Order: sequence, then C-alpha cells, then structure tokens
Amino acid sequence: MRRRHNHPDVVPNHFHRQHTHTQTPSCPVSPLISSRFYTTTMPAPDKEIDLTERIEAFLSDLKRGGSGTGPLRGSAEMARETTALLRRIAAQARWSNAGDLMEIIRTEGRRMTAAQPSETTVGNMIRRVLKIIREEYARSRGSSEETDQQESLHKLLTSGGLSEENFRQHFAALKANVIEAINELLTELEGTTDNIKMQALEHIHSNEVIMTIGRSRTVEAFLKDAARKRKFHVIVAECAPFCQGHKMATSLSEAGIETTVITDAAIFAVMSRVNKVIIGTQTVLANGGLRAVNGTHTLALAAKHHSTPLIVCAPMFKLSPQFPNEEDTFHKFVSPHEVLPFTEGEILSKVNVHCPVFDYVPPELITLFISNIGGHAPSYIYRLMSELYHPEDHEL
Amino acid sequence: KEEKQRLRKEKKQQKKNKEKNDEKTSHEEQPAGSASQPPAQPSPKAVPVPASEAPAPADKPAKSKADLKAERRARQEAERASKGKKGDVGQPAPTGKLKAPPSELQPVVKRLPEHVQVDNPEVVKKLAKKLERQQIPLRSDYGYKVSLFSHLHQYSRKAPLTQQLGIPSTVIHPAIVRLGLQYSQGIVAGSNARSVALLHAFQQVIRDYTTPPNEELSRDLVNKLKPYISFLNQCRPLSASMGNAIKYIKKEISNIPSQCKEEEAKIKLLNCIERYINEKIVLAAKAIAKYSIEKISDGDVILFPPNCSFNVTISTSISSSLVNHILCEAFEKKRKFRVIVVDSRPRLEGREALRRLVQKGISCTYVLISAVSYILPEVSKVFLGAHALLANGYVMSRVGTSQIALVAKAFNVPVLVCCETYKFCERVQTDSFVSNELDDPDDLIVTRKGKTQLEHWQKVPSLGLLNLVYDVTPPDFVDLVITDLGMIPCTSVPVVLRVKNVDQ
Repeated sequence: MRRRHNHPDVVPNHFHRQHTHTQTPSCPVSPLISSRFYTTTMPAPDKEIDLTERIEAFLSDLKRGGSGTGPLRGSAEMARETTALLRRIAAQARWSNAGDLMEIIRTEGRRMTAAQPSETTVGNMIRRVLKIIREEYARSRGSSEETDQQESLHKLLTSGGLSEENFRQHFAALKANVIEAINELLTELEGTTDNIKMQALEHIHSNEVIMTIGRSRTVEAFLKDAARKRKFHVIVAECAPFCQGHKMATSLSEAGIETTVITDAAIFAVMSRVNKVIIGTQTVLANGGLRAVNGTHTLALAAKHHSTPLIVCAPMFKLSPQFPNEEDTFHKFVSPHEVLPFTEGEILSKVNVHCPVFDYVPPELITLFISNIGGHAPSYIYRLMSELYHPEDHEL
Repeated sequence: KEEKQRLRKEKKQQKKNKEKNDEKTSHEEQPAGSASQPPAQPSPKAVPVPASEAPAPADKPAKSKADLKAERRARQEAERASKGKKGDVGQPAPTGKLKAPPSELQPVVKRLPEHVQVDNPEVVKKLAKKLERQQIPLRSDYGYKVSLFSHLHQYSRKAPLTQQLGIPSTVIHPAIVRLGLQYSQGIVAGSNARSVALLHAFQQVIRDYTTPPNEELSRDLVNKLKPYISFLNQCRPLSASMGNAIKYIKKEISNIPSQCKEEEAKIKLLNCIERYINEKIVLAAKAIAKYSIEKISDGDVILFPPNCSFNVTISTSISSSLVNHILCEAFEKKRKFRVIVVDSRPRLEGREALRRLVQKGISCTYVLISAVSYILPEVSKVFLGAHALLANGYVMSRVGTSQIALVAKAFNVPVLVCCETYKFCERVQTDSFVSNELDDPDDLIVTRKGKTQLEHWQKVPSLGLLNLVYDVTPPDFVDLVITDLGMIPCTSVPVVLRVKNVDQ
C-alpha cells in the first residue's frame, strides 16, 4: 500500500493514525518526515516511510513493555533490535556527512529514551553507535585521534582553538564503514551470553550453594553451563510481588540443577549457608553501582554481613553512563495493585502503597562483575565506560 | 500399665543404690585402721545417702555414667578426709559433701527435643511408640524436604491430624482437639494468642476433670495432660511461650497438697491460670506500652513488620499483636507519628495489622519486604516483636525480622524489640537452621496472570520449596529490648532468666 503525503497538514494526522497509543505532545515530529515535505521521488519516500513505521513500532513496543515483570523482551533482544534499527537508519536515511547522521540518531535516540526511561539498554546502544560514527569519521580523516579521544591537558594548551569538528566533511566511504562497524557491534551483541557462559566453570566449584534473586537470562545461562560439569545447589529468592523467581527455579530444575525456592523474607536466614551470590542486573551505573530488581540491596547487605562474595553477571551493553543521585528519575513504580489488591476494600483509600521496581546497590557491596569481556572489579567500571562511550554523548 | 512402669522404675533405683552401696563398702574396707568407723559411717550414711540418691536418679534419668563416677570419687575423697579426722565432727561434713556433688552436677545433660531429630530413625521410632501408647495418631511429613532441613518436620495444612482421630475421641478432651485444629490450620497464630488459647483450653480441662479413685490429683492430672501436650505438639510444634506456660501449670499442679479437696484444688488451679494470663500477658503488655510510648516522639516514622506488634513509622513488621497494641496506645496519647507496615509472602499478616491501625486513624503506608531498602531512608525507628528471646541474646521471631534489622542497621535506624518476660527461654541458638519450623510448602505457589509456575513442583525431582517460619536476629542488630521489667539490652536476657528462676 502506497501512501503519499501531499499536504503538509495531512502529515501529522496520518502520522497519528498509525499509532496505537497517544503520542506525547512533547515528542517532535520525526525530522525524516519534515525534510521530505516537498520531495517527489518515488522510491525514497517508501524507504523512509518504511523506516518511520519501524521506528514508531519500536517506540510503541517500548512504551508498552513497561510492567514490573520486565520488558516484553529481554535486554539482549532489546539491544539487538535497537542496533538493527540504527543500522537501518544509517543505511536508509538521507545524510551527507557524519554530523547529519549523528544529529538524526541523537534525535531518534532522545525519543526512544523518553518512551521508556528505565530501559537504559536503548540509550547505551545509541551512544555506542555515536562513538562508532566518531571513530569512523576520524579514521576517514586519516588522523590518529582514536587513541586520545579525551582531550589531554597538553593538547588543550597547545592546539589553541577547539580542534573539535562539526563533522561536516563528506567522505564517500563513510556510510559503508559505519554500516560495517555496526555489523561488528551486532555480532558482538549476539555473542555476549556465550562469552559470559564460558566463564562459568572458573567461578563455580562442586557442592556449592549459590543464591540468586528474581529472573535473569544471563545468570540462567551461566548456571546451566556450569551444571554440565559440576554439581551444585541453587537457592532462588522469589522476588515478590511479581515472583519472577518461580520461573527461574522451574527452568533451572528442568536442567537438572537442585533448586530451592525461598521467600524474600528468608534471605538473611539462609544466607549463612550460601557460598556465593550470583545475580543479574538491569543496569550497571557509572560509579560501579547497580540498578537491579527490588530486594537486591537486602541480598547484597546480607551477603556483606556473612562475607559472601557477590558476583554480578552483566554484559557490556548494560553499562550506562548515568549516576544514581537523581532521586526522581532513578526509581520506577508500578501499580500498587500488585502489592495491595483492590479486593482489600475501603482501607485502600486511607493507605499509601508503594511498589518500586528497582533497587540501588552501592559498589562497595559488589565483589566482581562478569561481562563478555572478562571479569572486573567495580572500581574499574569507569575506565570501561570511557572506552565504550564518548563523554559528549553522555547526555543525549 | 503405669503402675507396672512405676514398679519397674523403683526396682531399677533399688538396684542402683545397692550397687553404689556395695562399691562404697568395698572402697571403705580398703583404708585400714578404721574398722570401727565404717560400721558407724555406713549407718548414718546409708540413710542419708539413699535418701539423697533416690530423688537424684528419679529427677535426672539422663545422668551419664561419668557423673556417677565423679560422684563416687567425691564420696571416696570425703570418706578418706573424714577418716583422717576420725571424729563425729567429720560425719556431717561428708554427708554435707555427699549432698553437694549431686546438686552441682545437676543440669548436665539435657535431652534434645524430638522435633529437631527427624532424620534420626531411632528417635522417630521412639516417638511413634510413645504416641501409640498415648493413643494419638502420628502426623506424617509432606513433600520434598530441602536437604538442609531434613532434621525438621514439614506438614501439609490439608492433612490435619484430626482426620485420623475417631469421633468421639476417648483420650483427648474436645477442647484440646479444637485447639489443635486451630493451631494446625493457622486460625490461632502468634505466640501470645497461642499461649492464651492453650491456657483457656487447660482451664476447661481442669473444670471437667474428676479424680479417679485411689489417685492423687497432683500426680494424675499431670499424667492426663501429657497426651494432650503430645497431641498439640503433633498439630504444630510448641512455641517457647507455650513451653513456659506448660511448665508453670505442671509445677502448680504438683504443688497441690494431697490433703486438699478436689473442688478447692480445682478452683485454686483455675485462679492460678487466670493470674498467670493476667500478669504475664495482659499487664505485661500494658507495662511495655508505657515504656515504649516514652520512646515514640512526635513526628516519628515507624516501621512495623507485622508479626511484631509494633511499628511506628516505625516500621512494623510482620505483625506482632503487641506492637499493634503499643501503636494504638501511643496514638491515643496523642502522639503524632506515621506508620509503615512491612509485609511478606506467603502469610501476608500485615494486612490485618494494617486494617487495625487504619481503623484507629493512624496514617499508614504499606510495602512488601523487598521494598524495605527503598522505604528505610524515611524511617526514624523500627519496632519489632519477638516470638522468644534466647539465652545468648538472639531474638527468635518471624522470618524476615532479621533482614529488616540488618537493613535498618545499614541505614543507622534504631531497632527496638518488644517482648514479655514469659517468652524468655533458656535455649541457645546461633542460626536459623538448627531449630525452626517448616510450614506447608504449597503456600509459596501463586497464580499470576492466569499462570501458576510452581503448580507441579512435586513432579520435578530437583525442585524444592522452603517455607520457613522463624529466624534468629543477632544481638548486634538490636539496640534495645523493652520488657515488662524495663528496658534492657539484648545481652541481659540470661540475667533476667536467672532472677526469675531464683524467684520461683
């Protein structure tokens, strides 16, 4: 079905009709469309309409998948989809130089993060792609600036005015290079879980008691891989009110691992018999702390009290350049119906009920991060961040 | 049957005494030159010795051989010393010394309660035999037990013990049957409620009791109570407070003088029980409330886990009826505070506590225990209730209490425990594994959005569900214990126990 935009004022209405949800008024109309008001060439509008459709579908998915049980898809899938979408944008959108492309991606990125602020993987992938573009541009220019992306003090003094680019030079090969680099990124993403799995046997020995909380696909794969060679016991805290731990326990026990399900209240009681705590997380923050499912802070404190090592299995795409001090943006709440159901009657109007989804875990309580590039201490996270993201991209 | 047992016991005792006397005489013949004294000594000694020996073995059947040997050695020493003195002055000394060693070595070997030895087949067999004798059905364990807890029972709520009893039950009083059912189904829960219900049931038993002919009330009533206690134990393991109450009742009954008439004795016992409930539970609660209200200031936010009865913006946790009471009293005294009620699956006792507080008009917040670290920065005090206070200062309470105390410590929020003195017990425990209660594992199953993940957990061989009831909180997490005797630190519990024992 071919759609044609003839009138400028038809565009916004048509645009709205495509959505299944109401668009937030603050969301700007995509620059791709506004730049095409007066074009008449046939194939380009189709591709671009196609692209716009995909972006809008992705955004609506993001908005919908915001319940406390976790997104409709896991973080790895989300990362892959985001990267694939960005590759498509790089391939199909109209841009003549790196600056344009970065502008387009930044705008789309802002809309995506606004759709679901708690899904930080999306923002992280956008920042990775922006860094890729910068690198490819620098390489095309021939300058060896990949190594000192940060301004060294010496350079600041000697180079005088801002050597920084507006990225306005046009390179013919830039598009191909960028798309190739994004393909590499996609391959890396596909291999993250396998890379983490391969490290399992280094950390788990026989007859251990391992504790975990809630449901993390990374930890599940990690434990299942270790169970191929070693025999150990897993205790899963169920993580009320959504009880994701139940699904984790059934999945682990089907793989033949001895599993026990406990309530959240019994975490400290059984901690004295636990040898290791292995958890997944939603986000790794810039200071090495975690934003993880609620109940993780209690688990970390109990582990610290018993001097049990706390290991976090987190792939690199979860590393986010945010800090935990913004009170109002850190926490996400879902319907209090999960905690105190509406069947409780009239006391509901007199009681405040909170149902936070995430917990902040400070880096002092964490022993080790296991990621697809190996193991790190929490104090090393800031260094990894500087390798993955450019400091100017921290604020999209 | 019981007569035969008693006769058997007496025979054993006589045998033992004979042995000891033989040994003694053989030892006494050794030292030379005191031929006159041994005949003089055994006669006064023979009388006090069996007198002191007879009650001793009767009281402590579990005394080990090592103790007896040590006693014999001490006796030999005493005899040698007295022979050295060679005077009647020496006589009272050895008899005094004889009496001293048995009393010093008294509380040496305690028997382990049966309910923490489920993995020992001999103990299980012994219990089965005892229950058969008392004509009480044995309750069987249910479901796959986590290996760490194989030494504890795990019962299912769907199979109450009363299904195996005949109607009408000839051995067990109907009030006790009803009580047992209420315990096993969780209708009566919470240590105060259980103790009070137990005492009321015992009052009913005493009212309906008639002494059979040729029996003494003091001994027969105690024997009648034993199968009831076994039955209640089978329905749900006894709590520390119930244990203390039962000890008190048994003591009162055995102290009834034999010449007392039946009616008088019964009235006396009923009054005793009434007074116990009044003093130890009701008035204690009032005293604790008075002390606690001093600790609640205006503008406080108390965390209350429901099994503690208190929580003032304080967080109250897992509902304690006592803490609930304290909060209501404080509110009546016009203190301005906010309460946060922290609840946990699967019992969700917090909702009931929440209802009571909201009815009084206290402004409340409600969260689950996994959100405790989110809500704790707002809290100014944490009030916890206790199921029992152990002699090494550990607080045994509803599962989750230690977790709340841990997180409160991390945020530097003061933790106060409210507990009546009748819940203090002499046991010591350092972790939540050695002695605990396992509740029905099916309680953990939940249906969300039409899907029940754990529905077929029994079919999966490597999956186990653990539903703990109690946990122990180390004393370094607790800042203050408020009892009816005043505000004491956690480590003063054995002092209070000692004072109580001396009083009694």
